[in-house]
Amino acid sequence: MYTQGLDSKADQGAQPSPRLVTDNDIRFQERIDAEEKIEPRDWMPDGYRRTLVRQIAQHAHSEIVGMLPEGNWITRAPSLRRKVALLAKVQDEGGHGLYLYSAAETLGVSRDELVEQLLAGKAKYSSIFNYPTLTWADIGAIGWLVDGAAIMNQVPLCRCSYGPYARAMIRVCREESFHQRQGYELMLALANGTAEQKRMAQDALNRWWWPSLMMFGPSDDQSAHSAQNMAWKIKRFSNDELRQRFVDATVPQAEFLGLTIPDPDLRLNAETGHYEFGAIDWSEFNEILKGNGPCNRERLEARRKAWDEGAWVREAATAHAAKRAQRHLKNVG
Amino acid sequence: MNHTASDRKDWPLFEIFIRPKNGLSHKHVGSLHAADAKMALGNARDVYTRRGEGVSIWAVPAAAIAASDPADKASLFEPADDKVYRHPTFYEIPADVKNI
Repeated sequence: MYTQGLDSKADQGAQPSPRLVTDNDIRFQERIDAEEKIEPRDWMPDGYRRTLVRQIAQHAHSEIVGMLPEGNWITRAPSLRRKVALLAKVQDEGGHGLYLYSAAETLGVSRDELVEQLLAGKAKYSSIFNYPTLTWADIGAIGWLVDGAAIMNQVPLCRCSYGPYARAMIRVCREESFHQRQGYELMLALANGTAEQKRMAQDALNRWWWPSLMMFGPSDDQSAHSAQNMAWKIKRFSNDELRQRFVDATVPQAEFLGLTIPDPDLRLNAETGHYEFGAIDWSEFNEILKGNGPCNRERLEARRKAWDEGAWVREAATAHAAKRAQRHLKNVG
Repeated sequence: MNHTASDRKDWPLFEIFIRPKNGLSHKHVGSLHAADAKMALGNARDVYTRRGEGVSIWAVPAAAIAASDPADKASLFEPADDKVYRHPTFYEIPADVKNI
């Protein structure tokens, strides 16, 4: 579903440490500047590798944790049509998590390490999934806004300089456009429904709007890694640029629904053609990153429970594979 | 009992190749971990062919793939660059000669 600029200035993990620029660094940057893709066994600076591992892993975790808020409504979908759509969407997110873990592994980190980091609460994932899904309209708002923001973020990643990540993102983006459309269609049905349904849609928009804007990450002057990531072409556009694009695309869609964006400062600047919007409350975002969002604990507990309760399946599969391998040996021997 | 990720450490990595339709070659699409080849095929079907992407799957243990080293790129592949006589355009044929 989504990747996010999560790094604040306090998080200096990928900051290039002051060191001599080597011939390898220069050749590497020349390849990047020439729009060559970097493949797993190519030489790359440690910072490039670290940044990618962190970003791809966060992205993968976000897909997996992102299954939870929506999974919450599968059994309560109001029709079979909505239920199959939601099931397919949540299943896609599991798949997207796998593509991304698979891309991260090409950089030399193991899947088990990544899963352990998530379960231990040491890994970050998108802040958006720490909000609860209180009503059915939230499923519409997530598809429309959260997936909409995700697509805005992810389309440029299809041209990321690291080959395996770019290829994974192409698959993800191809699959994701249905996610946003089903969400908007759901919102449309509610907005055109009874007064109560329309109120539900408006309430969902009210709660998901600002968190969706935060998905683009801290503003450019607060973002620790932007300049280096742009030079390495891991990132193609700044957080603020992408956020602006999202607002410009989404406001007319809200108008079509007859819903009101919960921002009294929102207005179209006729000169620039862009919407100007109010200040984002970053203290909320920072609290969520620190683990104090409404659902942080619940999400991790759900992941740990799923991992623990799946243990017997993993053990059985391992035992079964060992037995088959033994039988095969006996037959050929 | 509290399990950690370590109870899966032995599952090998499989590289997954999909044939989009008969007449085309299998193409690499990604990788996954599985207890054995049968499980790798089942999981590949679930994650890599949800929208009619393929008619055939290969799951190859990643450890079984021998790969050339990118550092050898120049010695391996550059010698081909100056062998222009391996290409048809190297040979001059009068325009009047047809079907060649």
